[in-house]
Amino acid sequence: MTLLALGLAAQIGFKLATPPRGARAEDLPPAPGIGALRLASFGDPVALAKGLMLYLQAFDYQSGTKVPYRDLDYERLEAWLTRILELDPRGQYPLLAASRLYAEVPIESKQRSMLEFIYRQFLLDPNRRWPWLANATVIAKHRLHDLPLALRYARALQRYATAANVPLWAKQMEAFILEDMNELEAARVVIGGYLQSGSITDPAELRLLEKHLKDLEAPSSRTPRK
Amino acid sequence: MPIVAALAKATLLEAVRNRLLWLTAILVVAAFGLTQFLNQVAIAETREIQVALLAAPLRVGAVFILAVFVVTSMVRESNDKVTELLLSLPAPRSSYFFGKFAGYASVAAILALLCAVPLAPFAAPPGLALWTVSLVCELLIVTAVSLFCVLSLAQVVPALAAVSGFYLLSRSMTAIQIIAGASLEGQTLTDHTVSAVVALIALLLPALDGMTQTTWLVGGAFGNVFAVFGQTAIYLILICAAALFDLYRKNF
Repeated sequence: MTLLALGLAAQIGFKLATPPRGARAEDLPPAPGIGALRLASFGDPVALAKGLMLYLQAFDYQSGTKVPYRDLDYERLEAWLTRILELDPRGQYPLLAASRLYAEVPIESKQRSMLEFIYRQFLLDPNRRWPWLANATVIAKHRLHDLPLALRYARALQRYATAANVPLWAKQMEAFILEDMNELEAARVVIGGYLQSGSITDPAELRLLEKHLKDLEAPSSRTPRK
Repeated sequence: MPIVAALAKATLLEAVRNRLLWLTAILVVAAFGLTQFLNQVAIAETREIQVALLAAPLRVGAVFILAVFVVTSMVRESNDKVTELLLSLPAPRSSYFFGKFAGYASVAAILALLCAVPLAPFAAPPGLALWTVSLVCELLIVTAVSLFCVLSLAQVVPALAAVSGFYLLSRSMTAIQIIAGASLEGQTLTDHTVSAVVALIALLLPALDGMTQTTWLVGGAFGNVFAVFGQTAIYLILICAAALFDLYRKNF
């Protein structure tokens, strides 16, 4: 009994004496190859992808010590996110994390690399991944103040996100950004194109676009939107 | 037939007395508790993460419990000379085999149903039904392979090692084939040989990596249920035939 108590006390003491592992950004290891991950999934890649996403997310908050996202190696981060999407292409979590967490860091180069990652992934499955490119467009416009970049993303949205469930505001982003760039003629052409394409059938959406086109054609619209 | 039913009933009774159902209940509760914890950690796709990280350990846990139960139960029976007693009854050896198999198969079905219960609040009914049926099929294959291994090897550790190797290999065979066929440089003779050996092994293993997929529970495309049934039926015939061949040639 004494030996048992001693053993228990020694174990608890040992664990208490061991300092908690520090969470450093360098702790994020390189992403394994997709072949190795498929092998490790034992035929169930979706479950592995969900677990890996939680593991990756833990590099923000690990063992109670916060690691700012900006200290992460973004090349490695991108590789991890790519692998997770390859394992579970239907999953939205990696792109949500990319656009809402990792693209929000105050380092422009890292923001841009994450936005490009979102853009590349969007092109692989536009009708499912459009919300994240829409968010990337907003970040490019309002955070980076890079209107040409925002226009590139908005054009991709308009061109490739063709499913019926993609809302008008997402498809219309291109026109709004053109207005912001004072490209009013181009904006009018884009909106006129929507109306003539016949792809918009909702009466409320049609009215909204027609009103917007009239506003653009009004003389006061020559002043760019803020 | 009466001896088959009696053996199946005795096997089920043994599972109950071994507290197998309690063990499964503990597994289910522990896995459910883990997913509640993950619920607090995930910032998106909470339901999908809960389902995926609940289903995968439950499947592996059910396979582990079943394989260990089949192997240890058969070895204990053999050590207690119960096997010899049963084989001395005026019934063919196949009755003994199918009686034991029916009992273990019933345990497998109960395990699969218990594993499906905690998934019910999170998964859509059609996906959950397919997942459960597929898990029953997967467990039936594991039951047959465990019986075959324990009848052939007659020892706990070798039999369990063989079943584990079989299961892990079957579950990763597609990935292994992809890796074996993806040489960075031109295909050499060694590459061709490795690919051919891997393809040959894959031919002999069941397509377990297409069964009991988590993606069915999170709204992904459903698998071909007929392929699951077909693979199960074919492999059960193959393994049961191999086990019976071994059982008939053995001298007790």
